[in-house]
Amino acid sequence: MKKLKMPGTDRIARVGWLKANEWLLLRRASQLFILGLFLIGPVADIWIVKGNLASSLTLDTLALTDPYVLLQSLFAGHMMQATAIIGALIVLIFYLLVGGRVYCSWVCPINIITDTANWLRKKLDIKGQGLRFSLKTGYWLLAMTLILAFITKTIAWELVNPVSMVYRGILYGMGSAWLMVLAIFMFDLFVSRRGWCSHLCPVGIFYGLLGSKSILRITAMNREQCNDCMDCFSVCPEPQVIKPALKILTEDKNPLIQSGRCTNCARCIDVCDQNVFSFTTRFNKQDGMHLHQQKEIMP
Amino acid sequence: MTEASQKSGAMSRRQFLSDTAKTACGVSLFGFGLGMYSQQARSLPPLAVRPPGALAEDEFASACIRCGLCVRDCPYDTLKLGRFGDDVLTGTPYFTARDVPCEMCDDIPCLKACPTGALDPELEIIDDARMGLAALIDQETCLNFQGLRCEVCYRICPLIEEAITLDLQHNQRSGDHAFFIPVVHSDACTGCGKCEHACVLPEAAIKVMPRKLAKGKSAEHYRLGWEEKQKAGGSLVNPDVQHEYNLPAGVEYEHGGRGLIEEKVEAVPFSGNPLDTLKQHKADLQ
Ligand code: SF4
Ligand code: SF4
Ligand code: SF4
Ligand code: SF4
Ligand code: SF4
Repeated sequence: MKKLKMPGTDRIARVGWLKANEWLLLRRASQLFILGLFLIGPVADIWIVKGNLASSLTLDTLALTDPYVLLQSLFAGHMMQATAIIGALIVLIFYLLVGGRVYCSWVCPINIITDTANWLRKKLDIKGQGLRFSLKTGYWLLAMTLILAFITKTIAWELVNPVSMVYRGILYGMGSAWLMVLAIFMFDLFVSRRGWCSHLCPVGIFYGLLGSKSILRITAMNREQCNDCMDCFSVCPEPQVIKPALKILTEDKNPLIQSGRCTNCARCIDVCDQNVFSFTTRFNKQDGMHLHQQKEIMP
Repeated sequence: MTEASQKSGAMSRRQFLSDTAKTACGVSLFGFGLGMYSQQARSLPPLAVRPPGALAEDEFASACIRCGLCVRDCPYDTLKLGRFGDDVLTGTPYFTARDVPCEMCDDIPCLKACPTGALDPELEIIDDARMGLAALIDQETCLNFQGLRCEVCYRICPLIEEAITLDLQHNQRSGDHAFFIPVVHSDACTGCGKCEHACVLPEAAIKVMPRKLAKGKSAEHYRLGWEEKQKAGGSLVNPDVQHEYNLPAGVEYEHGGRGLIEEKVEAVPFSGNPLDTLKQHKADLQ
């Protein structure tokens, strides 16, 4: 069988590796920068941000709290005090605007691990989906974490949540948390393609729900240029969200990617040699090319 | 979007139902496991102490979001977060008194840092904190119980004479010495763990434990006679009878007071003049 061509090869050939990975690099920079802000405290005793992703205090003024943890705590029967509630509202509003799963692609450390696993999966030419989960599984898991919090009166999910565990581990001592990281990596590499982030993780699903009506969106504005190379489908962690926009399957026929499950990772922008995709707002339903993009394509 | 949707309606419907059932089963199974684990993990190990103001363990598990802000604001690096695999609920703050005790900061910075109320802001004075309770568990090794004068735990206690006192007891082994027995008082001990940290033995004889573990409880109906009597201002059963002592003349006994009292014979001050002594002796003979 022919060896899989890595997605993005065409664009790399045309515009160079750096340009063809620009969003990916920006995202990694963002993920590491945020981690760095937290880490510089315990490492160098420079306290810009304290705490972790569950709740943090920046420059002794801005208190932020993860709304998902707050929700679990509420289900477990605890009403938080104002600091946490206001902090969660700020986070909530931010993600309502930029897209909930921006958390996944621009903040969450696990994303680096699962993206790497998926990349390696392609490199090793592991074909097929492997273990199959319904795309609804994450919603079930999300509901389960809340019901469980209600029944057990503890924030049960946070006992094993790998997202918070990795951050806490790096900042406060890992314990056996690295086993969890390894497990997720192996799972995504050998057991199930994009199994964790795109099918199971309730954190991602929660933020996805937040982002279903977000302002910032990806649009397949230049979809008539598409040459069906399938590179975007191959790199997208949630490929099912591209199809309606790219293949004109939505009722109002607009080119916006409308699903909240899109992570706004912009990997599709990176790999598409035809410049089909770009960032826009949900109000821009325009079809067709921007002038500057036309220039880039014309030789 | 699966191939199933292209097949007959009945087929895709069956497919959908079986998929849903599978997912539901898997998720509930996982939830069940996690639920069991959370119940098993929730009891605090005996030597882990929660920071000051921590809600009762049950409520704490629902309130603390494991952010570690309390840990960061403790100036003595007392607190740490339970790591995955530790006995403490993953991510929740605690300290081990023997390693680093709580220094009982006046402004309680750990509590001030907590955004959720898991460390209860109602606690304003650190002396009112009840993190745990010290108990002098091992009388066989405690030096003061052997009649020596160690009492380091007593001296180091921030609430000396309130949380720990020394009780004097007769030392029967030596016959004429005293034991200075350290006694912890639960109405004042905050559970800061300074005593456990300071105990001079290789393994502390005094240890701070969760209050539930360290504290007994007397039955509701128990009354201490002497306390009741004091409250009532007299015996509650029969009128107090004055005990009759059968004592030689000039000797009496005062119960609960000075004890045996011999009537004092007027002693004549000893004079510096030897003649006075001779005169006195003569007078006595007559
Ligand atoms: S799906 Fe979960 S683990 Fe994956 S990036 Fe999003 S929050 Fe992180
Ligand atoms: S009272 Fe002070 S020493 Fe004790 S845990 Fe809090 S911050 Fe640390
Ligand atoms: S600051 Fe409060 S919520 Fe955060 S870890 Fe400490 S006790 Fe828990
Ligand atoms: S734990 Fe020990 S040192 Fe602290 S208040 Fe109680 S008796 Fe005193
Ligand atoms: S410090 Fe230890 S050995 Fe000394 S009196 Fe206290 S409990 Fe006993």
